[in-house]
Amino acid sequence: MRRLGTIFPPLAVFAGFIGVWYLYSAYVLDEAERNISLPYFHDVVDVAFMNGENRGELLGATWTSAWIAAIGLVIAIVLGLFFAVLMSQARWVERSFYPYAVLLQTIPILALVPLIGLRFGFGIPARVSVVVIISLFPIITNTLFGLKAADQGHHDLFTLHKANRFTRLFKLQFPTALPAMFTGFQISAGLAVIGEIVGGFFFGRGATDLGNRIQLYAARLRSEELIGAIALSAALGIIVFWFFGFLRTYFTSSWADADRA
Amino acid sequence: MSTVADGAAADVDTDTAAGTSTPDTAATNPTESRNRLLSFDSVSMVFRDGTHALDNVSFDVHEGEFVTIVGPSGCGKSTILKIASGLLKHTDGSYELADGNLGYVFQDATLLPWRTVLANVELFDELRKGDKAARRATAMRTIETVGLKGFEKHHPRRLSGGMRMRVSLARSLTLDPRVFLFDEPFGALDEITRQNLNEEVGRLFRERRFGGLFITHSIPEAVFMSTKVLVMSSRPGRIVATYDVPFEYPRTSELRYEPEFARLSGEISADLAQWH
Repeated sequence: MRRLGTIFPPLAVFAGFIGVWYLYSAYVLDEAERNISLPYFHDVVDVAFMNGENRGELLGATWTSAWIAAIGLVIAIVLGLFFAVLMSQARWVERSFYPYAVLLQTIPILALVPLIGLRFGFGIPARVSVVVIISLFPIITNTLFGLKAADQGHHDLFTLHKANRFTRLFKLQFPTALPAMFTGFQISAGLAVIGEIVGGFFFGRGATDLGNRIQLYAARLRSEELIGAIALSAALGIIVFWFFGFLRTYFTSSWADADRA
Repeated sequence: MSTVADGAAADVDTDTAAGTSTPDTAATNPTESRNRLLSFDSVSMVFRDGTHALDNVSFDVHEGEFVTIVGPSGCGKSTILKIASGLLKHTDGSYELADGNLGYVFQDATLLPWRTVLANVELFDELRKGDKAARRATAMRTIETVGLKGFEKHHPRRLSGGMRMRVSLARSLTLDPRVFLFDEPFGALDEITRQNLNEEVGRLFRERRFGGLFITHSIPEAVFMSTKVLVMSSRPGRIVATYDVPFEYPRTSELRYEPEFARLSGEISADLAQWH
């Protein structure tokens, strides 16, 4: 019964959303408008997912987006952990690097796109770069926050028993940071998917991803497939978000406070 | 013995307190002498922000002694333990600490939440890179000593406050400490748990013969646990009175209802009120 309670409310909201969509398409739009902007829900399902050719195109593009986002995210995690550890080791390192981490977050990614294209070309490396840039900041901040959150009493214990910097890092700071780290990964995973699709708008060489598809469908007024591509983008984001949420629960729920798990 | 004078560390290797230059009546008479484990000589502490925490604090802890310091909150009691353990550097005077392991139990149990009871109890030896096989055996034995057999695989989250404190005690006991510092460890516990743990520490003290230095602001707890009670004034903290506690060990909870216990507690209480 409890499972039903957690599944039913979002399902009801989804049904309501589809209902509003039908009402809007049927009564607000005339037929021409409906065909080029918001076709009926069943038409979208029909054209985008029931037609084998279209479905193949869309799922192939989703797969491309998934692996490009994954490569970028892994690079961002490695870089993010490296800089967070570096910054946690000395105040002056943190003061030196942190402003640039913030800068990374504040520069609009679109402003960097031409520069990235000029340096990395218009293929897959360029898209990976966009993913790395967009997903780095939450990993750095959350990990750094976690590493610095270790209790003073725990630090005193390690001091009393003459633990060195590495022992302190691996046996105290990393475990303390684990829940916050996974929260950072979770936020970044969602951003990585968005970054990959944004990258696809500008960098079309190499494999065809959801960004390329969205651009193409929009140009050709293929609304059904366009909406299908949007739905798959959202689904991909949700899957990676769940995945990292699952990892956090798996690694920390046996000991961490319930409100953080 | 290692001597720490004027905040600078200097090691002096002598086997007993009798070999040091500080005169002490017990130490100068070899037949009567017990090893002096911890000695504060006119220690003062002024923090960087100007807070005058300790003023000319002098006292000794000998082998087989359990010394408790009572005083109002914020009088610098905990500072004494931090200085004794080397976590803080004092600003004036000197102190000596006997060689051998130091046990130190904080106000909080400070267990690592991601480690099981067993892994928490093993932590200190692990940090000191002790022998792995011996570590496991010692930890298991110590967990049994504090009455937590069967809870080895539990995480701290699943334990009560009293049980967490027992784990914290066990963790320090694995080092078989020669001097054992207690920083108001039972302040957050309910009365029954607190009394049980008082008896438990009393039993460990009798068995292990460590020198105990205990901080509390509960007078009954101080009298119940100690061979000697020191009264501290409010800031800057000074030792203003010393009481010898004559009761024999083992001490049981009936002791709390003896007239002599009440009389001594009353006397210390009156003294403390005067210096508050």
